[in-house]
Amino acid sequence: MNVFFIIAALVALISTAMAISRRNAIHALLYLILSLLAVSVVFYLLDAPFIAALEVIIYAGAIMVLFIFVTMMLNVGLEKKMEKKWLSPRSWIVPSILAGILFVNFILALKNVRTLPVDRAAILPKQVGISLFSTYLLGVEIAAILLMAGVIGAFHLGKQKKKVTHRYLVKK
Amino acid sequence: MLTVGIETQILFAGALFLLGLIGLLVRRNMIFMLMSIEIMLNSAGLVFIIAGNLWKQPDGQVMFIFILAVAAVEVAIGLALILQVFHHYKTLDADEVNKLKDH
Repeated sequence: MNVFFIIAALVALISTAMAISRRNAIHALLYLILSLLAVSVVFYLLDAPFIAALEVIIYAGAIMVLFIFVTMMLNVGLEKKMEKKWLSPRSWIVPSILAGILFVNFILALKNVRTLPVDRAAILPKQVGISLFSTYLLGVEIAAILLMAGVIGAFHLGKQKKKVTHRYLVKK
Repeated sequence: MLTVGIETQILFAGALFLLGLIGLLVRRNMIFMLMSIEIMLNSAGLVFIIAGNLWKQPDGQVMFIFILAVAAVEVAIGLALILQVFHHYKTLDADEVNKLKDH
């Protein structure tokens, strides 16, 4: 099992290093998604299958889509010539190789486990749920209030303001 | 069973956190800064999962779910703020947005 952990950790570190050093935001996001997937494999190896699924669904799925959406919105106008560059193999060949390594690693790890996590000492979603809604019930309610504040805040900030800006914000 | 030492696992999480910190300090593009904060939050959650696996308790995973909620809210608000800043200043450079600075 150790070799699987090492490979997934190396893929995560390499792709994170690539993510923070790219010029192009979309390339960086591609590497960041790969890094999150690698960390998800590490979570699976750490006997937390539920968290591994959450990492893929919420982090790599929902949050990264928000990032990509905003990046695309802010790059309006550059798309025509960017599209040609993005479709060239140079920009996606390295992420593809890293993702392939990660995929093979994950498949081999799955086959190597033999028994499902149920039989091992893994912490199952049932235990997590019981703990979440008994011991940490107050935390769940605070998280709900936080999410509500986030929804209201994002709605307020995203509203199209009228054209007059505050006098301190007017560009000289 | 994973038999990698706990030191190696914590070292991995620490290296991820360090990469995020470097990204936050070096990059001036606000989208990259937000991405670096995401990396750091993720590595903090990784430490919780490692500790939860060490003690075989579900508490670590519960904490990761809370971190996930905080990260989601932070990204939503942060990206809305970035959109507003881009609307006002036509740039994403964090150094350009210094109107509150005392001249």
